[in-house]
Amino acid sequence: MAAADELAFHEFEEATNLLAQTPNETTTRSDQLSPKGHVAVAMDSGGSYGAEDEVEESDKTVLLQEEKQQPGFWTFGYYQSFFDVDTSQVLDRIKGSLLPRPGHNFVRHHLRNRPDLYGPFWICATLAFVLAITGNLTLVLAQRRDPSIHYSPQFHKVTVASLTIYCYAWLVPLALWGFLRWRKGVRERMGLYTFLETVCVYGYSLFVFIPTVVLWLIPVPWLQWLFGALALALSAAGLVFTLWPVVREDTRWAAGVLLSVVVLLHALLAMGCKFYFFQPLPPEPMASPHQATSQPPATMLPPTLPRSVAA
Amino acid sequence: MAEAVESPGDPGTTTPRPLFAGLSDISISQDIPVEGEITIPVRSRVREFDSSTLNESVQNTIMRDLKAVGKKFMHVLYPRKSNTLLRDWDLWGPLILCVTLALMLQRGSVDSEKDGGPQFAEVFVIVWFGAVTITLNSKLLGGNISFFQSLCVLGYCILPLTMAMLVCRLVLLAEPGPVNFMVRLFVVIIMFAWSIVASTAFLADSQPPNRKALAVYPVFLFYFVISWMILTFTPQ
Repeated sequence: MAAADELAFHEFEEATNLLAQTPNETTTRSDQLSPKGHVAVAMDSGGSYGAEDEVEESDKTVLLQEEKQQPGFWTFGYYQSFFDVDTSQVLDRIKGSLLPRPGHNFVRHHLRNRPDLYGPFWICATLAFVLAITGNLTLVLAQRRDPSIHYSPQFHKVTVASLTIYCYAWLVPLALWGFLRWRKGVRERMGLYTFLETVCVYGYSLFVFIPTVVLWLIPVPWLQWLFGALALALSAAGLVFTLWPVVREDTRWAAGVLLSVVVLLHALLAMGCKFYFFQPLPPEPMASPHQATSQPPATMLPPTLPRSVAA
Repeated sequence: MAEAVESPGDPGTTTPRPLFAGLSDISISQDIPVEGEITIPVRSRVREFDSSTLNESVQNTIMRDLKAVGKKFMHVLYPRKSNTLLRDWDLWGPLILCVTLALMLQRGSVDSEKDGGPQFAEVFVIVWFGAVTITLNSKLLGGNISFFQSLCVLGYCILPLTMAMLVCRLVLLAEPGPVNFMVRLFVVIIMFAWSIVASTAFLADSQPPNRKALAVYPVFLFYFVISWMILTFTPQ
């Protein structure tokens, strides 16, 4: 794929050269337009070399335009262009999201105008299933400590997890992209990312939560908070470093608000997942009922209910 | 036929005759047999085949389809480099397996807490929509396998996990305990690995070589989720 990148750059340079050259030709021609004879002379004085050049260049520009034409959105080929990645590229993008660096813009360095939908889609799917499965596993661990807790597979959590993750990873980039477009309308010097690039940034930034969620199985509370904070810091840093070059042209106030809203939403997602899917374990085999009542519904039944005894 | 050869030679030699007059001389006499079979070998064989499947008994039809499904089951259990699953794809096997798995995984309990395991419809949706998503993913990545071939392979490779479900249900009839769980875990892990190996043997060749891992990972996730549903099944 690196070879394809080089080819793409070459063509782009040629196209820019051609575009740079054509204005000169038109200006020379327009200068010579008033005396007709001169027009003919100018065309000829370029020599047959000039005429051939023109024909070749016009052919090249036509070809380039045809290559750049995207198939319509109703064709399969349109969607295939979003999955045009190799294994090594996906792994490279994941590594780039795991290790954000201050000057290192994810979109420019890793995506390079080839955003893909494979990464965001399958990272979200993996995260949703891993959340539901590890959340269920904490119930198993809780049951070993307190046998009166009734274990159940809790399949509805898969639905909740997948809805939450997919809505976050697709609706928040949509809102962000819309907001950035509006600001670009107001202040033209701002840069812009396409919608797919925003979705890519968010999708790949969620990857760091997958090992974090698995590590949240370790039933030590301060360790869980440490892992959560670390993952949130890495993920939010990746987002901020990617958005900063775009937002820096805007007023300080707007840039600050935007970045803090992005980080806040990310933190809300992390904490919401932690509280909904991972209940704190009962400390000792004599679990106190008041711990269970402070949690969201229906996973840890207090020992006094007859249902758990009957099962 | 000798008459036909001779008569066109006649016109125009002695007297001017009207056009095509000699044709009336070409007569098909009674003693030359014209009827017979137009024996184009392929066509007649196809016609024989069609008429025989119309006339055969229902038992023959059903047994033929069942044998085809059974043959594909054998190919899944002993994965070899063969094209049977791909060339003669059918969706009966996946349907039978999916219905069996969903029936066995169904909650079936009296208490209607929403905390239970998956319902029949949930298993069905996960299996079929999961298979469709994986197929779309593999086609979007540039694989050259057709839509239904891929569905067929993914559906047939659920067979080891269905067998694991049967074994788990039998093991759960014994008393619960850690040994019970370890046996079930072991069986499910073995069958999960078998499913992955079987489906990769069929699907991996259809992808370009630098994208094989991208196409195989969703298959891994799919069978992992099904294995998880089997492992966490608790009868009420």
